[in-house]
Amino acid sequence: MINTIRTWWSRLPNAAQITLVAALVILFPFVIDIAESAIRAAGGNLALLTQVNRALIYVVLALGLNIVVGFAGMLDLGYAAFFAIGAYAFGILTYPSHGIQMSFFLALWVCAAIASFFGIVVGSPTLRLRGDYLAIVTLAFGEIIPTVVRNLDDLTNGSQGLTPIGKPSFGVFEGLFGLEPGALNVGVDPHFWFYVIALLVALVLFCTLRLDNSRIGRAWKAIREDQTAADFMGVDPIRAKLSAFAIGASFSGLAGVVFASMLGAIFPDLFRFQVSIFLLIIVVFSGLGSVWGVLIGGLIISLFDGLFLAQILNQVLPSGSENLRWVFFGIGLIFFMIFRPQGLFPRKVKGRVLTEEEALAANATASTAAKGGD
Amino acid sequence: MDLELQFFIGQIIVGLTIGSYLALIALGYTMVYGIVELINFAHGDLFAFGFFISLTIFTAINPPRPLDVVGLLTILPLIFVITMLLTGGLNTLIDRVAYKPLRNAPKLAPLLTAVGVSFALEAIYAIWVGANQVPYPNYFPRIDILRQWFGLDTAIQLTTKDLFLFGVTIPLMIGLNFFIERTKIGKAMRASAQDREAAAMMGINVNRIIATTFFIGGALAGAAGLVWGLYINSGRFLMGFEAGLMAFTSAVLGGIGNIRGAVLGAFIIGMIKSMSDFYFEPSWTRVMIFGILILLLVFRPSGILGSTQSIEKI
Repeated sequence: MINTIRTWWSRLPNAAQITLVAALVILFPFVIDIAESAIRAAGGNLALLTQVNRALIYVVLALGLNIVVGFAGMLDLGYAAFFAIGAYAFGILTYPSHGIQMSFFLALWVCAAIASFFGIVVGSPTLRLRGDYLAIVTLAFGEIIPTVVRNLDDLTNGSQGLTPIGKPSFGVFEGLFGLEPGALNVGVDPHFWFYVIALLVALVLFCTLRLDNSRIGRAWKAIREDQTAADFMGVDPIRAKLSAFAIGASFSGLAGVVFASMLGAIFPDLFRFQVSIFLLIIVVFSGLGSVWGVLIGGLIISLFDGLFLAQILNQVLPSGSENLRWVFFGIGLIFFMIFRPQGLFPRKVKGRVLTEEEALAANATASTAAKGGD
Repeated sequence: MDLELQFFIGQIIVGLTIGSYLALIALGYTMVYGIVELINFAHGDLFAFGFFISLTIFTAINPPRPLDVVGLLTILPLIFVITMLLTGGLNTLIDRVAYKPLRNAPKLAPLLTAVGVSFALEAIYAIWVGANQVPYPNYFPRIDILRQWFGLDTAIQLTTKDLFLFGVTIPLMIGLNFFIERTKIGKAMRASAQDREAAAMMGINVNRIIATTFFIGGALAGAAGLVWGLYINSGRFLMGFEAGLMAFTSAVLGGIGNIRGAVLGAFIIGMIKSMSDFYFEPSWTRVMIFGILILLLVFRPSGILGSTQSIEKI
């Protein structure tokens, strides 16, 4: 069954594949709408699409973290810092009182650039460090950034947070179609944000898949497997490490902008250590370094947490027992890791190693060839 | 004496108190890391367990507050021993359930089970003691020594509680050092930390040594929870996270895997914290601590006393 689908799918021309996926993505929110109204009719109440959006933002973040931890093998315990930087850069650039009010579509790229700059700033002191010392430096940055954000009252409003912050505006289109200014006000409509986030996921997924087998991607993996050997083979470790940090950070910068704009408000507490750990859980749970694995695993974990634990379980369990949610989460994590330490979808090792017989056979042909030459 | 100088000495005492309880927690981090190379994220929560379990025992016994001399000599040591045994036992149990099956798994797997243990423990504490600040009654008598006993007119506060804290933590550290350097089990621990396989080939039961290490680390964290409860008189279900983070930072600062390094790192962090809180802004203290940590690691990539050969892969 699965195999027939797979062959049918692979025989489709590329353009047809893309159209099919795009059509499914466009239809998806409406399917969810139907599901939500069905649940409401049955007496329940679930914010499905909002949770899907949140889960997809976590997927983008996890794909960025996967580049640093999965591809380049550097344990990053402070990845939420870049998420915070992206979100706060956007907040500062669009908060009305600051008087900049940059357009969403421009700010998106500016903030990604700012985040990746900080990726290099964080990355550079870690170049000499290996293993767990690198992890603690990233953890330290992850603790420093929210504290700085909380303390810089003038820019960030401290712990009260920034609100309101910019939404995308479609002035050009509204003019084009003769609509009232602000008619296409997107607000917090989950449908609109679903499409924005779906585009973001597609972009990040495309970049990651292209990077996976690129020159720099292979350099990351070489460093992950053995830095000394990679160095001898001509891989520049400094360039490879810094680019991993910069690209990984730029993804979370993009995610931060969309997240901030979607919520319309940001607070320092949204970017605590727990977020970094949650993302690390996604990446390791899914299988380090496996791109599709992180996509699927990220959706599974975020929806499990956001839908099942936070919403469904709360309606089943007596009120006041929401802490049980974390007991379940923690114990579930322990058992999952014990039974599947390599993750749900472990990365495939590219290439094949010669078996002993093959090696002997190759040797034999080589020696007969050499004899024949005499 | 000059008032400025008196304030300065006062802050040194504060730094030493913070450093000494952090050191007890940091020792557990560094010992576990030394043998199984695991950043034990749940270790801070054992400190919180020591706090809550000793509070529970105190409440059950309900001795006079503050304790009289008889109580100080009987009830307090008894609760100490029970707390340390329970916390050490809990840590051994955690190792058995969550880390031992993953001894040869990829390195990030036990790290994540440690996170899982931490999440679960914190949530269990929240159910157990509630989400608010928990008061820890003043069982230990607090006497301002310099003023009440010596009649000095000074701004320096050195209380009996400070002496109690030092009187517990410093002997424990010295005792641990003696245990590791002089006893047979300590020697086996050092051997296992150097090379687990080789130690096993020499007839050392490495699994038992690892369990012992977790027990000692947990017992020290439990002792820290008890003395800190008696000292600071208040705590919260999440207190283990913050303490654990600072203790872990101390262990790395001193060179993770190194026993003396952990103690040194803890006292440095304590000093930075008390000085930064007093002479600078408390809200910037975290930035100070972690900034100094990063700077130090840039110039000494293995911490202050760490060996330079510890090269690990994820």
